[in-house]
Amino acid sequence: MIYFNNVSKVYTDATALVDVTFTVEPGEFVSIVGHSGAGKTTLTKLILSEEAPTEGTVFFESLNVHKLRGDELTKLRRRIGMVFQDFKLLPNKTAYENIAFAMEAVGKTDEEIQSDVPHVLELVDLTHRLSHFPHQMSGGEQQRLAIARAIINQPELIIADEPTGNLDPVNTHEIVQILKRINDLGTTVILATHNRGVIESVDKRVITMEKGKIIRDTKENKHPK
Amino acid sequence: MALTILKRIIRAGVLNFKRSGLVSWAAVLVVTITLSVITALILFQAVLHFSLSQIKDKVDVKIYFTDSAPEENILQLKSSLEQLPEVTEVAYTSADEELRLFRERHASDYPTIQALDELGDNPLPANLGIRAREVSQYENIASFLKTDGQAVLGSPTYIYKINYYQNKLIIDRLNGLIAGAQKLGFLITLLLVLISIVITFNTIRLTIFISKEEIGVMRLVGASKMHVRGPFMIEGAIYGIIATLITLFLFLPATFWLGRNMTLFLGINMYDYYLANFFQIFAILLLSGVVLGIISSFLAARKYLNK
Repeated sequence: MIYFNNVSKVYTDATALVDVTFTVEPGEFVSIVGHSGAGKTTLTKLILSEEAPTEGTVFFESLNVHKLRGDELTKLRRRIGMVFQDFKLLPNKTAYENIAFAMEAVGKTDEEIQSDVPHVLELVDLTHRLSHFPHQMSGGEQQRLAIARAIINQPELIIADEPTGNLDPVNTHEIVQILKRINDLGTTVILATHNRGVIESVDKRVITMEKGKIIRDTKENKHPK
Repeated sequence: MALTILKRIIRAGVLNFKRSGLVSWAAVLVVTITLSVITALILFQAVLHFSLSQIKDKVDVKIYFTDSAPEENILQLKSSLEQLPEVTEVAYTSADEELRLFRERHASDYPTIQALDELGDNPLPANLGIRAREVSQYENIASFLKTDGQAVLGSPTYIYKINYYQNKLIIDRLNGLIAGAQKLGFLITLLLVLISIVITFNTIRLTIFISKEEIGVMRLVGASKMHVRGPFMIEGAIYGIIATLITLFLFLPATFWLGRNMTLFLGINMYDYYLANFFQIFAILLLSGVVLGIISSFLAARKYLNK
């Protein structure tokens, strides 16, 4: 589904990725682990074409992500759900409106919005927060809202970049469980984190990064459970 | 679908305006100031225009005729003058009529009347008063009188005096003054409007700067450019509409005061003028306010959209 071919990324003052090659299959749950600055976030940004690689190519199925222009890129991003460490919710919109906005963006009808939003809020246990603004909600609730927004349009891929970075263990556990449930329903998940505990509770394929290089990929020497 | 999108954009714009609270009202305030400047300039132009046309009205050229000039010839000259495109009005005053007017004017001025009575004869000449469309055209009329005018009249000796040559200096100066005042008025208007537009644009840019992150998030969620930009443009339009209403309302007491206390000084009743042109001013303000709001928002949002 996702193909990184010898990808390098050099910023003016630092090297973020060095010759990275890996593949993600549909329906996989891949955790990318590494210290801050290991290149995890750069990796996710490359998939969304927020950044362009200095060398190499990134494919989403048959699409060369960095050859896409305006409209095509918007369409690609609609197929990917994003979850961020800092939630990136729209502060001026209520929980309901945040999710409705994502549906409006892809051109869903008002009827679809009215029927789907309560559904997905129930899925992340936020029904009682429907008309609250993000700043009135706890960190865990905000992240659950962000996940609800990410999955509302049934994306093929969820990218979660340090989704638990700002959360306590209880909320962290909850978020991981939600992501696993989403994966069980067939959506591919890429989870970037520096938290070893999270990786262990996920118990799926792990790519370990250090200084912009992949130093271990459990898929290559995985022993069947 | 297009209608649904438009509806959503308008709803989002109205909601944003309400939720931005103070920031929205700060923007409204700045647009109000811009529109007030525009209104003040409209009124100033009215005063300038009115004063200038009043001064222009006071200028005319008079041809005085000798007693020997036959009335018939004078009337002939009058009709040929009336055919000139520059001339708006030619008034004939006979010697007797002039005398009557003079007596009327000086009815309470006993020594003058007495002196006139002493004379016995009518010392006042018949004359033609000529008014031109523009002050600058009196020169053409004077030169016409010198050449063709005399031919119509029959003899150059019939003309006693043309006061253009006495008034030439004043007319020329006035001419320069009027042109200068109009040019200056226009320049000041242009400058003030420009400054206001720049300030408004920057204020709206600041309000959108606050939403910089939001714009990025909306794009990440997959919203089209128009879907992101539309609500901001609606907000801009709302600034314009509210500012128009506030400005129109503010100028009611302001012009009322000017009308009551300054009518003599300005030569025109501001309140009457304001009410008489209310809908025109309303249209000008609404158009400028809304266009300014929408374009500023469009440009400001574009900066963050293209990142």
